[in-house]
Amino acid sequence: MKQGIQAIGAYLPYHYLTRAALSKAWGGKGGKGEKSVCGADEDSVTMAVEAAMGCFRFIPRDRVDGLYFASTTGPYAEKSHSSLLAVACDLRDDKVFTADVMTTTRAGTSALKLALDGVAAQPVGNILVTAADMRNGYPKSAQETGFGDGAAAVIVGTGEELLAEIDFFTSVNEEINDYWRNAGGSYTLHAEGRFCDTEGYLREMKLVLDKLFKETNSQITDYQKVVLTAQNSKLQGKLAAKFGVTPEQLVDTLLLNVGDTGAAQGLLGVVQALETAKAGDRILVADYGNGANAFTMTVTEQIERLADRSQIGRYLETREELDSYVRFLSWREIASAEPGAPFKLPASTSQTWREQNINLRLHGSVCRKCGAASYPISRVCDVCGSLDEYEEVGYSDQICKLYTYSIDQYAGRSDAPLIIQAIAEAKDGNHLYTVMTDFKKDEIKTGMDVEFTFRKMHNLGDFPNYFWKMRPLRRESV
Amino acid sequence: MYFKNGYKDDVAIIGMGCTKFGERWDTGLEDLIIEAAFEAFQDAGIGPKDIEVCYFANTNAPNNCSGTPVADALKMHGIPITRNENWCTAGHVALINAVLAVKSGMCDIAMAIGAEKLKDKGFGGLGVGRGLNPVRETRRDAPGSFALIAEAYFKKYGLTYEQGKTMLAKIDVKNHYNGSLSPKAHFHNVITVEQAVNAPLIASPLGLYDCCGTSDGGAAAIVCRADIAKKFRTDPIYVKGFGCATDSMTPHYRSRNFDWTSFEALRSCAKMAYEMAGIKNPREELDLAEVHDCFSITEMCIYEDFGFCERGTAWQNVEEGFFERTGGLPVNVDGGLKCFGHPVGASGIRMTYEIYKQLQYKVDNPKRQLQDVHMGLSQTFGGPPQIASCVILGNEDR
Repeated sequence: MKQGIQAIGAYLPYHYLTRAALSKAWGGKGGKGEKSVCGADEDSVTMAVEAAMGCFRFIPRDRVDGLYFASTTGPYAEKSHSSLLAVACDLRDDKVFTADVMTTTRAGTSALKLALDGVAAQPVGNILVTAADMRNGYPKSAQETGFGDGAAAVIVGTGEELLAEIDFFTSVNEEINDYWRNAGGSYTLHAEGRFCDTEGYLREMKLVLDKLFKETNSQITDYQKVVLTAQNSKLQGKLAAKFGVTPEQLVDTLLLNVGDTGAAQGLLGVVQALETAKAGDRILVADYGNGANAFTMTVTEQIERLADRSQIGRYLETREELDSYVRFLSWREIASAEPGAPFKLPASTSQTWREQNINLRLHGSVCRKCGAASYPISRVCDVCGSLDEYEEVGYSDQICKLYTYSIDQYAGRSDAPLIIQAIAEAKDGNHLYTVMTDFKKDEIKTGMDVEFTFRKMHNLGDFPNYFWKMRPLRRESV
Repeated sequence: MYFKNGYKDDVAIIGMGCTKFGERWDTGLEDLIIEAAFEAFQDAGIGPKDIEVCYFANTNAPNNCSGTPVADALKMHGIPITRNENWCTAGHVALINAVLAVKSGMCDIAMAIGAEKLKDKGFGGLGVGRGLNPVRETRRDAPGSFALIAEAYFKKYGLTYEQGKTMLAKIDVKNHYNGSLSPKAHFHNVITVEQAVNAPLIASPLGLYDCCGTSDGGAAAIVCRADIAKKFRTDPIYVKGFGCATDSMTPHYRSRNFDWTSFEALRSCAKMAYEMAGIKNPREELDLAEVHDCFSITEMCIYEDFGFCERGTAWQNVEEGFFERTGGLPVNVDGGLKCFGHPVGASGIRMTYEIYKQLQYKVDNPKRQLQDVHMGLSQTFGGPPQIASCVILGNEDR
């Protein structure tokens, strides 16, 4: 039975810092490339939702049976992230199996392995695997410079619609403290650099690749594309050289322009490889973290469905440089700016639970009697007055027109004060009121296209509260 | 039709009071109540023990205090005193309740009092999260949500951003000039169109001078049966009509037939009051109005929804100075919320105080007394698009 990847999606945040700016902030010089930085309203869950939405270009949501979330930086230490993600992705609670795979940078491809095992056991299923990370290194550390924020997602399934078949998967385990973060800790810690490289990364990756070549009776030249996750380009280059991977074969895992995206890097590499692949290409992937995973894929004719619509390329094209390192420090709560005006809102776990279809799924209602649409769900129809005669309708993947707006100079956080109050008009004529994010204010115009993006609103009630904002189009859709 | 047997000037105002508005750091909520109420008692020639029913307008007092701040401050114990918190219209709602208490025959004399101590709450004037929903309205604030009207209005009627900004600036300039003549106003500075247009942006296109301030203040009104009003004074002011209409908490539920340039609450409120007062043509029949200029764009919107001008012509009317103190229908001749600030529960009664004094030819500064005035309207609007209220007063009974 063929099993493999049914759908792919990636997400790269709107903001980045140049490494030159990071270096300059500490009085240094030089620094190549950029570090991707998620906004004050983003976290690993919101980035994972974005990446998952890329997958729904290929497979409708109602065909997804499972959702895994892989990360080392989920907002909760206790509580399921995948449950939250499943709802934000508007999957069916009575259908979807959810699980979190946490605390190792290898989590993305490990979750992929679990999904492969899952669909093999239950051949009708499609499992959405999401991976996202936003790790912190100490200010001024190599990790701070090297880490970047991002997410990727794939849907694993069986059948004839696969973009790529996964032919073989193997792994090795290793107990080692090369990189780690203690429970409750803010920063990734590390051992002495040469120890990390030689006894950790280079040794484990060699072990897993040697094992893979032996077990599949293949060699490096059999693969058109090779994905090697790494902490930095130099190390990736060293490993590539050791195995004779040519620059043409080596897939860019975005270390230079985005950074080490932790648990997301392996799947981002998979997306990057597939977005540039042609039918028949064989792809080798190796992913590191307390041991290593390695697997091989063969690209199918279905890859033409991508039709040059690269999400990674689109997200890279639509970024904006963050104006200051200080703002980054505040957004990451490393050096927080003065708190803004307090919210005049109640926080309630029960209300948040009760209203999840409205707030997390972005469901409105359409009246069965007269067809009038409303957001949020309206029990009594605004037009014909009928009671509880409605179907729920999802707006999260709709592209709307900006109906009216105001560029509000002070309504945001004190470290990100500018927001846009906005009314969007959906295709059914319904108006949705929220705020915009990730915009260039001079480009905002009434009538422009806007899409919804899942965001963290605040921590009232001592838990993250999520909702949808609007933004100018970034997500590439099919 | 709200009164089966009609409503004909059945209730009159016999006394009103209004505090100085501003940053009253040394004055508490009870002090504001005392200041407003005792001016009204003196004006009516009665005392607190003569009040049979009282309605209190307040949105920000701590701990759901009901009517107790009024009972405690004025020692009016043992009578019904209820509090309402109908946002910006709370003052008008209290006054309407007092009118209804008298009209119903429940009592002869009732009082409405609004007082608000915003400066005890650390409000800088802006602030976010105005709605009731913990996530959907997180970043909703007053300037931002009223500013949404402006962009929609400019687009609908083909105004450039600059033309729109200039129109709004002229409203600001008018209200600031009027406020400069009002001793009880918070702000007395005269500004120019240039200053208003170039002031720091708050929420586009609204700049600093398009937004009202945060103040403390209170105001009170004593009403009685019209047929006994002249026992108290020779110049009672008659309540000709009133209106109130509620809409959605947020713009969320207004998904249809709602284009952000006109509000059902405003239109319905106006219709109700005009019918009661027998007004067919408000532009001609009203001699002055105090309207809810929390933001300049709100005042503009009210011109149209209250029929002060044809729809889409507010801009030309502002240009021609129709709403200036020397124009065809002077609006906000005391300086409005723009210069008084907006201690929420107090504002509706404060605006009514201005109409009352103008109709008695007794305003506090003779320089700003309008001449030949007979009928005036005061109006408040919370939202958008939550709730609108108004009261129409006249100095002659029908």
